[in-house]
Amino acid sequence: MKRLLILLAVLFAMPVLAQQSLPPAPLAYQQLDDPGQEAAAQELMETLRCLKCQSQSIADSDAPMAGDMRHQVRSRIQAGENPEAIRQWLVERYGDYVSYDPKVSSTTWPLFAVPLALFALVGLVLWRRMGKRSEEGDAS
Amino acid sequence: MLAELGLAALWLCAALAVLQLVGGALAQRDGSGELAALVRPAAIVQGVLAMFAFLMLLWVFAITDLSVKLVATNSHSMKPLIFKLSGAWGNHEGSMLLWVTVMAMAGGLIALVEKRLPEKTMQATLAAQGFVALGFYAFLILSSNPFERLPLPAVEGQGLNPLLQDIGLAFHPPTLYFGYVGLSVAFSFAVGALLTRQVTPEFARVMRPWVLGAWVFLTLGITAGSYWAYYELGWGGWWFWDPVENASLMPWLAATALLHSASVLAARDALRTWTIMLGVVAFSMSMVGTFLVRSGILTSVHAFAVDPERGSFILMLLTLYIGGALAVFAVRAGSIAEGTRFKAWSREGALVFNNVMLSAILGIVLLGTLYPLLTEAFDVRVSVGPPYFNPVGAIFTIPMLLVMGVGPLLRWRGDSWERLKWPIITISAIIAVVGLLVLVFGDVTVLPLLGLAIAAGLAIAAFLPLRGRNLRRVPIATWGMVIAHFGIAVSLFGMASETAFTQEKLAAVSPGGSEQVGDWNIKLESVDPVAGPNWTALEARLFVSRGSEKPALVTPQARNFWAPPQQTTESALLTRWDGQFYAVLGDQAEDGRWQLRLWWKPFVTLIWYGGLLIALGGVFAIIGRVRSDLRRRAGEEDNEGNSPEWEQA
Amino acid sequence: MRWTLWLPLMLFAGFVGLAGYQLTQPKDEFVESKMVGKPLPAFDLRPAALNRPGASLADFQDGKPKLLNIWASWCLPCIAEAPHLERLKEQGVEIVGVAIRDRPQDVARFLDQHGNPYARIGADDVSAIQLEIGSSGVPETFVIDGQGVIRHQHIGDVRASDVPMLMQKLEEAR
Repeated sequence: MKRLLILLAVLFAMPVLAQQSLPPAPLAYQQLDDPGQEAAAQELMETLRCLKCQSQSIADSDAPMAGDMRHQVRSRIQAGENPEAIRQWLVERYGDYVSYDPKVSSTTWPLFAVPLALFALVGLVLWRRMGKRSEEGDAS
Repeated sequence: MLAELGLAALWLCAALAVLQLVGGALAQRDGSGELAALVRPAAIVQGVLAMFAFLMLLWVFAITDLSVKLVATNSHSMKPLIFKLSGAWGNHEGSMLLWVTVMAMAGGLIALVEKRLPEKTMQATLAAQGFVALGFYAFLILSSNPFERLPLPAVEGQGLNPLLQDIGLAFHPPTLYFGYVGLSVAFSFAVGALLTRQVTPEFARVMRPWVLGAWVFLTLGITAGSYWAYYELGWGGWWFWDPVENASLMPWLAATALLHSASVLAARDALRTWTIMLGVVAFSMSMVGTFLVRSGILTSVHAFAVDPERGSFILMLLTLYIGGALAVFAVRAGSIAEGTRFKAWSREGALVFNNVMLSAILGIVLLGTLYPLLTEAFDVRVSVGPPYFNPVGAIFTIPMLLVMGVGPLLRWRGDSWERLKWPIITISAIIAVVGLLVLVFGDVTVLPLLGLAIAAGLAIAAFLPLRGRNLRRVPIATWGMVIAHFGIAVSLFGMASETAFTQEKLAAVSPGGSEQVGDWNIKLESVDPVAGPNWTALEARLFVSRGSEKPALVTPQARNFWAPPQQTTESALLTRWDGQFYAVLGDQAEDGRWQLRLWWKPFVTLIWYGGLLIALGGVFAIIGRVRSDLRRRAGEEDNEGNSPEWEQA
Repeated sequence: MRWTLWLPLMLFAGFVGLAGYQLTQPKDEFVESKMVGKPLPAFDLRPAALNRPGASLADFQDGKPKLLNIWASWCLPCIAEAPHLERLKEQGVEIVGVAIRDRPQDVARFLDQHGNPYARIGADDVSAIQLEIGSSGVPETFVIDGQGVIRHQHIGDVRASDVPMLMQKLEEAR
């Protein structure tokens, strides 16, 4: 089974080599005319995961599917959609995996709870180390 | 024959590591065993033999001996010699051998020259060093033999991943290994000191050059890796919060904390257990990083040499080393006295603040990197990326940077607010003014805005420790600190500026046509085929100019390597004092126009210049420390508690 | 407070446990669609080949379960799955193909060489339908029930062993 998976992975990677002559989607490599819209699209694309790549955002990938996702994002932004709505649209289809921007949810709360706890811990450590010490330090 | 010699040397090294471990351990039990006297010589010979084994590997790669499996799978007779040699460590087995070689040589070096610590602590240290090395030898010999022969020699090698055929990348991984080795030495010292309960300022002084050295190499490694990703991946990004990048950042964060806490221990005999803890954590981070990269349990764009079986071996080593050290820590740390106490408003106070913040940042990077792994265990897949790391990291980074501006101005033991009122007001004013200027004249989001303002404040603050001093009499180590802190400001400015002001243009251009990005005019003259030693490429000839400047030629390429077959984009860069012009050649459209990706990135180079400055500061610090240590040994010994001037930094 | 000294070791043990567990797990590179159980979106694709009609949502709402096969002429595993799709067709399954980023002449050549199991083939030049149904690669095969609701997603090429499984899923979707 493992060998099959490896073979499969190799085969999946092959399209890069096979001639794929169709030009990329119109908005894959073309910016929107409105700089504000393009900036919004760029910001969103940088936080969406390319599903065919190894840990890259769709803004950083030459994979054809990343191009198609960029087309999707830009055309939706052009149509006036809200970036977060587009993210939500993709999350509904691919799950949280597609977004690099985790939102607080039942599966991600520790990502936000731990920094808060760390912050409290940092405060505690500093207070203990410094607050107490400063008086004793005076005595010495 | 040469390969067999190399393997034989590895076996001998393993035997010597056993001797080192057993001898050092026995010395702990009965004071001084028969074997104890052999510990130092064993470490020295082990270093020499490991070096010999690595030279053998270089040799078989240099002559492309295709009967050696590693050569056949990673090299190619047509490759340029430099990449044949770098191929020796551009793979799992070779890189492990390089790592253990440098580690053995470092062990040999401390065995040869380090005479400051009590002999028993030294023996414990070398025993720990032997223990760590032994694991690596076992790994190499049992599961990752770099000298393995093929039953039949291959006709031709399979080549090296083209992405790795790059001069920057040829030397990027070794830099990181050097850093890891430095941290392994610090780890051994920490374990040795823990075992003998000799956590003294002297221990911190002995450990410090190794931490500084590791830190310099890690800084260089991260800087080079970031620049490599920037120009090689072809989209102009310089930091992706990718698991492999995080794996290199975590040891750096721990090493940064460690070298500052070691300074406190050396100067003031405080933070004893904390320093030991950081010594263990720093090395664990390099092992955890190696594990994450090699095991392939996290997906990364940089992952190479991925194999779950190797992963289990590394995890086993990791468990033995770190689990062992942490267990010893839990048992012993309670019996180590706390050390000297101090006030909050003091140099030590600022350094503790820095340490705590660095540890918190380390915790967040570790959490964000491992979290997807944790949820996967429950069949939930999440991605954690820049939108998480940037703001959450900033919560801890910004206070740390602000304290970094003031900390070096504070006196040890305690200081008064009055003395520092004006410097603090000055720094705050600079930050406020720059922040306001950017806010008024630029359309910038919060983090880059804060980055620019704080960078400006820190750039000035970095030099304040020199104020009112005779520059000729300022210790070299102090210069090192000033340069490194200035480097942080420079790098931060580059990051913030790139994020805030980059201009991008994606365009389809026909030969003869032109485009514009920012102030730059770009004319595409032609796209021609060109050939290299093991690739063919399409090369665009772009003439780029700004204002009345004479047009400069830049030539981005789309390369096709044929051994192994792979496409890469070679971006072309044009560097100016105030930034970089970045061009990438894409595909040709059906109407004959060429896809170009063009960027103007203001002050982006400062990111890496800053990194180099930080490393340079580290080098100065090493020189300063080692020199003053030598002087100290030559008889200028100061009495306990009376910190001599060279500890002021 | 002595127990705090054991805290690092405990955290580390947690890491080792997690890492060790993950090492034993097969690495799952597939991104599963969250659209299983949800209806297909409205779409209308032009024909990708001369001798077959295009595909639209209405085709999936005629009460008969069907397979929706995402493929492309440039995709090598698609060659491997072609005979098995043929087998499914022989068993009376209606397969609707969606050709991703493909040219009519390439599609025609592929169908000539490897057979044509498709009742309809729509052309999706920008992966629009692919993104709509949460598919992340080529080839993928979806089981759609008679009302146009996605019932099952099969990632990767269809192998001989998958044919009965897909038949079963189609039966369940009836």
